[in-house]
Amino acid sequence: MALLDNWEVVIGLETHAQLATQSKIFSGAATAFGAAPNAQACAVDIALPGVLPVLNRKAVECAIRFGLAIGATIAPRSIFARKNYFYPDLPKGYQISQYELPVVQGGALTIRVGQGEGVAEKTVRLTRAHLEEDAGKSLHEDFHGKSGIDLNRAGTPLLEIVTEPDMRSSDEAVAYAKALHALVRWIDICDGNMQEGSFRCDANVSVRRKGDPKLGTRREIKNLNSFRFMQQAIDYEVRWQIERIEDGGTIEQATVLFNPDTGETRAMRSKEDAHDYRYFPDPDLLPLEIAPAWIERVKGEMPELPVAMKARFERDFGLTAYDATTLTASLDMARYFEAVVAAAGRDTAKTCANWVMGDLAARLNRDEKDVAASPVSAAQLGGLVARIADSTISNSIAKKVFDALWNGEGAGRDNAADEIIDKQGMRQITDSGAIEAIIDEVLAANAKSVEEFRAGKEKAFNALVGQAMKATKGKANPQQVNDLLRKKLAAGAA
Amino acid sequence: MSLSNDQVHRIAHLARIELAPGEDARIRDQLNGIFTLIEQMQAVDTSGVAPMSHAVDLSQRLREDKPSETDQHVRFQQIAPEVEAGLYLVPKVIE
Repeated sequence: MALLDNWEVVIGLETHAQLATQSKIFSGAATAFGAAPNAQACAVDIALPGVLPVLNRKAVECAIRFGLAIGATIAPRSIFARKNYFYPDLPKGYQISQYELPVVQGGALTIRVGQGEGVAEKTVRLTRAHLEEDAGKSLHEDFHGKSGIDLNRAGTPLLEIVTEPDMRSSDEAVAYAKALHALVRWIDICDGNMQEGSFRCDANVSVRRKGDPKLGTRREIKNLNSFRFMQQAIDYEVRWQIERIEDGGTIEQATVLFNPDTGETRAMRSKEDAHDYRYFPDPDLLPLEIAPAWIERVKGEMPELPVAMKARFERDFGLTAYDATTLTASLDMARYFEAVVAAAGRDTAKTCANWVMGDLAARLNRDEKDVAASPVSAAQLGGLVARIADSTISNSIAKKVFDALWNGEGAGRDNAADEIIDKQGMRQITDSGAIEAIIDEVLAANAKSVEEFRAGKEKAFNALVGQAMKATKGKANPQQVNDLLRKKLAAGAA
Repeated sequence: MSLSNDQVHRIAHLARIELAPGEDARIRDQLNGIFTLIEQMQAVDTSGVAPMSHAVDLSQRLREDKPSETDQHVRFQQIAPEVEAGLYLVPKVIE
């Protein structure tokens, strides 16, 4: 983009991750998605007089897990504050959040940007992550000119995760958002469902002339609930800001919304008091204290993190960085792959990786299935890879066995691949006498191809290999067929 | 520091408190009186004293993550001015 030549883009992200708890952060109301309106809004959530908030232990534990996963400081003591503003979906007139002393401080996330040869790693520093409650939902559809308020979401626990302004392009912002999305699911603190609003991002975007030490004025794009929209919104916003400054205008701090239909960002009606939240410590909540013993216990329960697992896959299994990254895209995927290797043997890890990322991923994708719900179990796929590795079957036959497994043959039995191979007589023919006999028949029946080959047509050779493979129903080892056929043709010519 | 009338009106607006005509001057003087007290306190050297966030020196009690509330929205909504399809109806507010 020529427009960008003289400009630097500066982006910071704020992400709201809905924490995977059963009940709300300060009340015993359920958090399940999709309940009838206001059926899960209790007296605390709707702010009836006299109620008191009581903090959910699991929500705190999620914050600890996150802090450990990004190498942050878990505050031994943190404070809840009231963020004051008036809106119909906020019954108390304030949101309970954390301001001066958040529970998670600092930390960093490594992201990978670019593709193929151009992949580069970059570290995005995190400023903080704090616990807070979500607001309710306003429905602006037709209620005789009024808005309908559903408070089921009010009080749902959120972890707001804030970065330093470390990203320099929409690509980096999206790479960060994806890495964060993968991480919160990996450590099982958020289901990551973006359609249901469980993971939503705000992007603070500014531009400055290259070399300018001072940051430009930022505009905040609110509520980006897909990676594609994030990319489009930031790209549009960057162009808009640069063009405005180049046309002699200035940027005013504003909150903007992205319209996916037009692909444009638009400033919300500016409210001069929008950011005057008058935070103060919530007198209803005592300081949150997290003892070192609690942090140690959570540390012991954490799964191996994706970065560590990726390094181990490269080191122990000899996988490429690309393969290791792909296989650690989610914890379910990584666990599945490890189980395949465990069943097939460590020496076959590369073949296992190819099958998981190739045939299996393609099928899962086509049938819109998650790897956890794969009809082919890891043990079954491992059994199949083992038969390829010991030359019982060829790769092309293996694909047929895989089809059978996918369609439920031998479902529930770990040795299903062996059963299918035996039942259908799919064992590779390695007896060279048997293969030679078949080749003789093929040569006799395809005199024309033999002639063409002798006349120098290499294509004719491939046709003969094809005929021989067909005659063995694909069960011969193609390399062996190749070798024997060449030998026979050479002998015949002499 | 002392507040101007404009600042008094702004604070009142943020808190959604209605001021009667002529009331602003009295409120301004009262608030400025409070600020004088705060200035006196701020004159004390508190470096080395940890900021206090709560009047009692205890830490937050935690609750197990178990849903314990039942659906009472019909009862709750008996005091709502207007309700439809389980929703509270309010004057339209769109940003």
